[in-house]
Amino acid sequence: MLDAAPAPLVQVRDLKMHFPIYTGIFRKHTGDVKAVDGVSFDIMAGQTLGLVGESGCGKSTVGRAMLRLYEPTAGRVVIDGDDVARMAPEALRKKRPTMQMVFQDPQASLNPRMTLAEIVSEPLDEHTDWTRDQKLERVYELMDQVGLNRRFVNRFPHEFSGGQRQRIGIARALALKPRFIVCDEPIAALDVSIQAQVVNLLEDLQEKLGLTYLFISHDLSMVRHLAQKVAVMYLGRIAELSPSKDLYRRPLHPYAEALLSAVNEPDPELAARRNRIILKGDVPSPANPPKGCNFCTRCPKVMDICRTVKPDLLEVEPGRLVACHLYPTKTAAGSTGASEAAVLKNQERNQQGETR
Amino acid sequence: MADGAASVLDVRDLKTVFRTRGGEIHAVNDVSFHLKPGELLGVVGESGSGKSVTMMSLLRLLPAPPADIRSGKVLLNGKDLLAMSDDQLRAVRGAKVGFVFQDPMTSLNPVFTLGNQIMEPLIKHLKMTKAQAETRAVELLDLVGIPDAKHRLYQYPHQFSGGMRQRVMIAIALACDPDVLIADEPTTALDVTIQAQILELVKELRRKLGMAIIWITHDLGVIAGIADRVMVMYGGQIVEHAPVKELFANPQHPYTRALLQTIPRITGDRETRLKVIEGQPPILSGPLTACPFRARCEYRFDACDAANPARRAVDGQPIGQGHDVACHWTAPARQEPAHA
Repeated sequence: MLDAAPAPLVQVRDLKMHFPIYTGIFRKHTGDVKAVDGVSFDIMAGQTLGLVGESGCGKSTVGRAMLRLYEPTAGRVVIDGDDVARMAPEALRKKRPTMQMVFQDPQASLNPRMTLAEIVSEPLDEHTDWTRDQKLERVYELMDQVGLNRRFVNRFPHEFSGGQRQRIGIARALALKPRFIVCDEPIAALDVSIQAQVVNLLEDLQEKLGLTYLFISHDLSMVRHLAQKVAVMYLGRIAELSPSKDLYRRPLHPYAEALLSAVNEPDPELAARRNRIILKGDVPSPANPPKGCNFCTRCPKVMDICRTVKPDLLEVEPGRLVACHLYPTKTAAGSTGASEAAVLKNQERNQQGETR
Repeated sequence: MADGAASVLDVRDLKTVFRTRGGEIHAVNDVSFHLKPGELLGVVGESGSGKSVTMMSLLRLLPAPPADIRSGKVLLNGKDLLAMSDDQLRAVRGAKVGFVFQDPMTSLNPVFTLGNQIMEPLIKHLKMTKAQAETRAVELLDLVGIPDAKHRLYQYPHQFSGGMRQRVMIAIALACDPDVLIADEPTTALDVTIQAQILELVKELRRKLGMAIIWITHDLGVIAGIADRVMVMYGGQIVEHAPVKELFANPQHPYTRALLQTIPRITGDRETRLKVIEGQPPILSGPLTACPFRARCEYRFDACDAANPARRAVDGQPIGQGHDVACHWTAPARQEPAHA
């Protein structure tokens, strides 16, 4: 295993996931739903990247395409040294133990006819040649780790509460000692008082096991709590990628700004004072995105250029990448950082040419 | 309640039980509250806290059996809804009281046009002709901010986005100009930016139409932005009730306090660790003989096991008027809690 400390564990470059649309009696290929359209980011080992956005923005698709649950249309996904996006099936199978997923709905992602022991040991059946006793021992160990009572080992999913079910989902993801876990809205289906339990568990496990997370969520306040860096997605593209503390203090992209202002803070004094940005309309269809910037149809600060030219994701301040025409001058002035990002972008373009 | 006359809705000692094969589930336990004209009452609680069942009981919308409304009064403008015949009640549902449900995806009928569904209450309740109903339906869609209303009347639910469908649901609920609008988690299924749109819409409609609203949610953030008064429910009863500013500034019940602390903020300092309410919500398999929150409460002491605390005024005002709480620990006369 390649284990250089400063190197990112996960590198995503210009990831595209297009779903074809077929119409007419001859099922002619007439277009694509561009669910993910050129997404790039790094995740450092042991850290958490938050991926936020509204439903339909492609955030779950990013997570699934990264783990090859979908076949990505283009782009590279380097996880722990290997490009997962282009691995051969057998190599990919061997790679799976390093990358796992926790799903949104614990009700739907656990087989109702399997017991907890069967669910959690299924990955072990698939990827190890351990004896039954060894596997059971590992199941017990995992149950301790996620805070499930060992007595529950032969129970079925319906006998557990939502929070406990999510713990089973986490135990299953941990079974093969992965390094990278995609958490796809793991708390969205849980009650407020249970959400904190699961979030704290995820944090403890990260610390203990040195896990790296991609935390996909629409809950901006929870992402702030968990993630060191946050990517804000809109209609298949990243609008802003910034360190969490900078983003929440001062969002740069108008969409990030609107999204943050829409969050309801549990504080009536603040709610009365605060100036909310109410976005008009709905998200456009990803099958037919606007010609220019994807956000131009709802952006309160829209300019003429936005309607014709798609902005690139560029470093406009140290460590902060924003895809918006509002920040062109800063890019030119901001010298080194900007050119670095541009180089990265060029590399991605070449890469994309190869894969096609 | 003291000023029942001034209230558009006055609920007294409502008790709803579900009879199941495994025994009785006491979902709503002696809930009393009132609603003044033009007021927005927020109802907060987790799933299973009884908030939805309470509101469904008001209009007897629960299938009976298994649901059984054991006792209580629901006075709408002085008339008891629980004593009405089915026919009388039908004239209230949708006409005097509008209901907006949580999931806009499933609460519209997919095989009827929106026009059909908006016009239905107008024709049934207000005895409008089809042409009148159509004119009114267009007005309603305009009111809730759906552009090109005339055209969209003839479209089907699947042609609308989630936020749009929720606007339509609100239009249907408002169709007959109800006195009370009950909104059951109306923004939970929506994205934050769309949620913000709907919240703005409701604030504006309140200003224009002045109806009283009951807003059910588990999201304290939403409540902070729109409610006048809040009641917090747990274990099928009201554990705390206060004007919104008072509740957030001076929460009394340990559950309310914990709930406020479990939510991370997007402003201010980042918490290093989230506060957790350990354990699970209670299963209400019998009448409450002890505090329902005791198993998860960090202040638990003898009295909590001995009796279910009654609501007690915090600020000297009558129960249901000002700030009140159902908790032994916050009682002025309590003994010091024994540290467990």
